[in-house]
Amino acid sequence: MTQLAYLAPSSAEEAAAALARDGARPLSGGTDLLVQLRAGRTRPAVVVDLKAVAGAIGVREQSGGFVIGAATPGAVLGEHAALSRAWPGVVEGATLIGSTQVQGRASLGGNLCNASPAADGVPALIAARATCVIVGPGGRREAPVESIATGPGQTSLAPGEFVLEFRLPPRPARASDAYLRLIPRTEMDIAVAGAGVNLVLDEGGRVAEAHVAVGAVAPTALLAAEAGRALVGGRLDDAALAGMEAAVRAVCRPISDKRGTAEYRTRIAGVLARRAALIAFERAGGVR
Amino acid sequence: MSETLEKPAPKAALSIVGSRPVRPDGADKVTGRAAYGADFNMPGQLVGRVLRSPHAHARIVSIDASKARALPGVKAVITAADFPDLASEELEGGEAAANLRDLSLNVMARGKALYHGHAVAAVAAVSTEIAEAALERIKVTYEVLPHVIDVEAAMSPDAPVLHDHLFTEGLEARPDRPSNIAKKHRFARGDLAEGFAAADVVVEGRYTTKATHQGYIEPHACVAAWGEDGRCDVWSSSQGHFMVRTFCARLLGLDISDVRVTPAEIGGGFGGKTTVYLEPLALALSRASGRPVKMVMSREEVFRATGPTSGGIVRVRLGAKSDGTIVAADVELTYQAGAFPGSPVGAGAMTALACYDIPNFSIVGWDVVTNTPKVAAYRAPGAPISAFGVESAVDELALKLGMDPIALREKNAVKDGTKASYGPTFQNIGYLDTLAAIRESEHWKTPLGPNQGRGVAVGFWFNVGGESTAAVHIGEDGSAAVVTGNPDIGGSRASMAMMAAETLGLPIDKVRPMIADTSSIGYSMLTGGSRVTFATGMAVVQAAEKVTGELCARAAKLWDVPRDQVAWEGGKAVCLDAAKDRAPLSLEALAAQSARTGGPISGQATINAQGAGPGFGVHLCDVEVDPETGQVSVVRYTAAQDVGKAIHPSYVEGQVQGGVAQGVGWALNEEYIFDGEGRMENAGFLDYRMPVASDLPMLDAILVETAPNPRHPFGAKGVGEVPIVPPLAAVANAVRGAIGVRMPDLPISPPKVLAALDAKGG
Ligand SMILES: Cc1cc2nc3c(=O)[nH]c(=O)nc-3n(C[C@H](O)[C@H](O)[C@H](O)COP(=O)(O)OP(=O)(O)OC[C@H]3O[C@@H](n4cnc5c(N)ncnc54)[C@H](O)[C@@H]3O)c2cc1C
Repeated sequence: MTQLAYLAPSSAEEAAAALARDGARPLSGGTDLLVQLRAGRTRPAVVVDLKAVAGAIGVREQSGGFVIGAATPGAVLGEHAALSRAWPGVVEGATLIGSTQVQGRASLGGNLCNASPAADGVPALIAARATCVIVGPGGRREAPVESIATGPGQTSLAPGEFVLEFRLPPRPARASDAYLRLIPRTEMDIAVAGAGVNLVLDEGGRVAEAHVAVGAVAPTALLAAEAGRALVGGRLDDAALAGMEAAVRAVCRPISDKRGTAEYRTRIAGVLARRAALIAFERAGGVR
Repeated sequence: MSETLEKPAPKAALSIVGSRPVRPDGADKVTGRAAYGADFNMPGQLVGRVLRSPHAHARIVSIDASKARALPGVKAVITAADFPDLASEELEGGEAAANLRDLSLNVMARGKALYHGHAVAAVAAVSTEIAEAALERIKVTYEVLPHVIDVEAAMSPDAPVLHDHLFTEGLEARPDRPSNIAKKHRFARGDLAEGFAAADVVVEGRYTTKATHQGYIEPHACVAAWGEDGRCDVWSSSQGHFMVRTFCARLLGLDISDVRVTPAEIGGGFGGKTTVYLEPLALALSRASGRPVKMVMSREEVFRATGPTSGGIVRVRLGAKSDGTIVAADVELTYQAGAFPGSPVGAGAMTALACYDIPNFSIVGWDVVTNTPKVAAYRAPGAPISAFGVESAVDELALKLGMDPIALREKNAVKDGTKASYGPTFQNIGYLDTLAAIRESEHWKTPLGPNQGRGVAVGFWFNVGGESTAAVHIGEDGSAAVVTGNPDIGGSRASMAMMAAETLGLPIDKVRPMIADTSSIGYSMLTGGSRVTFATGMAVVQAAEKVTGELCARAAKLWDVPRDQVAWEGGKAVCLDAAKDRAPLSLEALAAQSARTGGPISGQATINAQGAGPGFGVHLCDVEVDPETGQVSVVRYTAAQDVGKAIHPSYVEGQVQGGVAQGVGWALNEEYIFDGEGRMENAGFLDYRMPVASDLPMLDAILVETAPNPRHPFGAKGVGEVPIVPPLAAVANAVRGAIGVRMPDLPISPPKVLAALDAKGG
């Protein structure tokens, strides 16, 4: 009874124009959107498929950093050797979404803009200090990843705006990242808590720069700035890790629901952040 | 890995039974050609949809469907007023006896909605969109009533009462007012007080389980067509199309002969498809609209309105001598029945102590109605719940006695000649051999790693026989069709074909097993109770023997010898009178001449099979617990089972593995979660956490074949239900081993484990 128009523009500008129409929604992999459509939770009038938009799919290296098309499927990221070497945590966050079938479609752009507090792709992107290139009727702008989601299902994107690509900063030597989540099963589940940690070590093997972000413990994924600072200057000794865990827990303000109690989520966020930090440290060549 | 323990030198060498041919239904299933419930369509069919109660308990004050009826494209709207108001009457036909009135009230609420998701009206329209729009236009006025879901709260004297006509059965005196307690069951032996007085050690515990769903992948689906002459057809996916026929005829007041039900391929049932939900509604909609009506449930509807099995509370007290002899057992079971009486607490009580030879015991079971969907059978209905409590308690006893858990069970094991706790005397049981198989397994002898624990648990299920029909028809080229009336939910077509082929002496690929509709084969009880390979298998063998008898008679005619001078050997008629010098006649040769010797060759057998032979399982589970997150991983699992004789060992192993997988889910993550309004919060596979393949290690099955069933031509016992009985406790006992704390409440989810570790101060 309701009509649904489908558009597949090939340029970012056309896409922005199409998205400015009433009731228009962007479509990347559709692994969230189509599920919501079928469940009757969303009734868009126009679906604007971004997969044909130039630049929306693919990974390229640019001025020392990586650019990831926002609609690139997880499976493509997982198979990208250079990206996986430089940003194993970002790739981990993207590739543990869903199952093999879901990986053929699910994208980081969709994961971010669906704005689930538990989105697995987001914490590692925030910890990576990644930015989004946003295209809209008013042109292009760039914004940090953590500024996009504003609450469950809510984003800061203006009507007509969409995320075209993610930019990851240039990667120095002795740097790496990791993402861990807890789900009661081993796959096909929603994170009870998640944590991404990004570390850069100095020549002496000490942490020079550290960023920690957590998911599923607040209305949006959060950058835990204090937690990052707690790791800087050392080799992840027990005191630094304990300080980081405490700082992570301090930023958590989760809900209690069928997926976990607030207390449990907060506690687990700390555990996951510590474990992710240790993995990132080892990947960066650090020795405790 | 799989092994088979077998007594040497079986009587007659078998060539097909016991081998592992490709299943006859396999190619259709892997290529997508198999037609499941939702795959059938008819010209002109309408879409049927159900309006469901948004309240857990409410009086239906009025239903105004005028706006829905006025919507173009809407062809029918039905409510309880379109069904006869039936009196209470026990009906045979399902897995357990069903009450006709309750069945009727469950398929369509009359006067009161008793759970969130209870059907209150249904529509048929020309499209899904119009049907859904019509549902939104039906105005139901409810008077919301207080609801009760927790089983103990439901028993309290001030609980909201679901049914004014429900007076507790099984009490010494009939109570003077209605309550939610439908029935008290009791089994007892000896003198409990004396038994406990003689005990050196006593353990006591309270164990709880949550409602869990059967979780079949295929949602309920059917097409119904009501003919102008009042005769109707139903195509649906169920565990028994004769059950669907009986229930539909009774609910709609039809003659059995007016209803024909054709079985679709079934995508899982596990007991949950042993009753009807959609079929009577589709028939009533078809009658009202004059068009065929198709109905398919969504997964959400499956969770909210079908299945599940009971949540339960199990109180256990065991008393034992210091040598491990259990002298007294006191068990009390309280099971959620859902909106209507009939939880599986009776079977839970009968199986609770069935593995043990205990002189003094009392088992009491309470059947309690709650504002949740009416429970349906789920694989060994009731037994996993009571076994969880009893096997956890036996594990506690072993710890307290400092005794090996297998040795403790061996010491108290039932054997041939033991009078079972539920009445009969055991014969031909292989329980001790099954315990020995685990004791001798490589798994039992392998040491554990850090943060790991090992659990042992045992389980029992009766298995049933019952009524079945089978026919064997020989084609003119000597091939055979084997026709039965039992939907194949566990590989039974393979077993039927193999037993027929073995009896006829035909290669397996010359036998095609078919499942016929209700007017093309005689009555058969539904596929449940682990009965098909046993009971329907017996009918198949008898039908095939009638065919071989007929073939011998035809050969005798051709050879002009007396009938008793011909025998069927190795797939051929042979003349026993050596003086005659007749070359043996193959089935092919005899089939080719059938027109000349008396016409088509067929055999049919109808039986009411007795002596199914109970089954025992012994399970061994290793888990690893993450001490910082409380997450439990099953790292190794071995299940040994007394199977009599495995007709097709791969499918028997598959049954064992499937039961374990479901049991592990029940133990670790699955549960119905309700909000304060009595609405299920996790009505989907995302948050109703059934295990996925990567959650489980390889599940090793040991098939114990030392005690074949003498009542079955090849020794088969039922195998499908036993394997879900022990896993709940096997997992819980393993967690106890890993963390040193008993987890008495299922599911053993990560937050609970972490809280238990905190409480222990670890
Ligand atoms: C079986 C299954 C398992 C899943 N498991 C996980 C999991 O483990 N972890 C997890 O985090 N998620 C999981 N998901 C959810 C989903 O797969 C992810 O969120 C995925 O990353 C969404 O990406 P997509 O490209 O499919 O998004 P889509 O469905 O295409 O879009 C999602 C939302 O974002 C909007 N959108 C899409 N692209 C853009 C863009 N470029 N700019 C602006 N808005 C945009 C859409 O309008 C829509 O609102 C699962 C989903 C399924 C079906």
